[in-house]
Amino acid sequence: MKAHYGYKDGSGEYFIVIDTDRCVQCSDGACVPACPLGLLERIQDDYDDTVCAVKEASRNKVKYACAPCKPVGAAAAPPCVAACARAGIRHTW
Amino acid sequence: MVIDTREHWRWPEVHWVNKELDWRAGGAITAGVDVGSISSKTAVMVDGKLYAYAILRTGASSPDSAVRATKKALEGTGLEIEKIHLTIGTGYGRINVPFAQKTLTEIACHARGANFVWGPTVRTVLDMGGQDCKAIQCDERGKVTSFLMNDKCAAGTGRGVEAFADLVKVPIEKIGEESFSIKEEPKPISNTCVIFAKSEALGLLRKGWDRNVVIASYLSAMAHRVYTLLERVGIAKDFVISGGIAKNPGVVRRLTTLTGIEPLAPNPQYDPQIVGAIGGALFAHAMLQKQKGAK
Repeated sequence: MKAHYGYKDGSGEYFIVIDTDRCVQCSDGACVPACPLGLLERIQDDYDDTVCAVKEASRNKVKYACAPCKPVGAAAAPPCVAACARAGIRHTW
Repeated sequence: MVIDTREHWRWPEVHWVNKELDWRAGGAITAGVDVGSISSKTAVMVDGKLYAYAILRTGASSPDSAVRATKKALEGTGLEIEKIHLTIGTGYGRINVPFAQKTLTEIACHARGANFVWGPTVRTVLDMGGQDCKAIQCDERGKVTSFLMNDKCAAGTGRGVEAFADLVKVPIEKIGEESFSIKEEPKPISNTCVIFAKSEALGLLRKGWDRNVVIASYLSAMAHRVYTLLERVGIAKDFVISGGIAKNPGVVRRLTTLTGIEPLAPNPQYDPQIVGAIGGALFAHAMLQKQKGAK
């Protein structure tokens, strides 16, 4: 499942996309501790799979919360993306 | 001067019972309670068949709203909440359904419900709810394969239409049809915020714009906003729309023009607002069957 966490507002679309089919194969959830602001968590989804997700309280502020890890012009991937060995996380902006 | 004090936003509440079914003859009675930000819905199923449902306005208390909607669904049937074998809470207020044994997100429930209501060919579900909008892709079993939810603001949602119906003094059930009583389709107004859209519409009305043109402009903005969300997830056939706005032809027909894909017509047997609750009741039925099989 491709889970889009985030929002669209007047300034653009800000979604963190997590491919939970890849999460299911992951036992360590390395992306969770990689996020310096603790936006990610491991949850049991509606189909009883253990997957990563953006915390509910953080979903409507990802543009600002992720900004320190995504400076304009940065070539390196944000820590959460870099930590996922299965390339299961991406940002739409 | 006569002041119009009618509540144009007020949509009719619904209660339906399947008189061909007898719950006493059924083995598994399950319920899905979908407590949304605007409406609370309960669907009751007997052996996986829809037995009763109710759609009421959500009040200040989510637990009370869940109980009221369920009692309304069961009204006149002799069935009581205590006799329901398994209840699943879903929607915005899902953790506040006092008699639910489990909660699930409305995303999973809408996909499952759409699969039941429209059939296994459904691949894209657009749920236009009271204060959010969900674009969901699912497989032939009604399992979610991709989803996106936008609840950052009320633009493109049912609450936005309610606010607008009150502004233009047109009953909410008629606002969609009224938007077609125009000579030429206008450009959409601001679609990023209900407050901006309202003030822009007010400005247009004061400039002397025809009321129906302003309505068309607002509903067109809603369709455009939702379309961009659908684009992000992708639109595949069969495409269906659930939620209260599915009943608004002014949005549905404009969205059809944008997507180029005609959504399946609402199934006359099921109100499009009840799809999530039906999904919850179906999940409950499946869980009950699993529990019985495990014994």
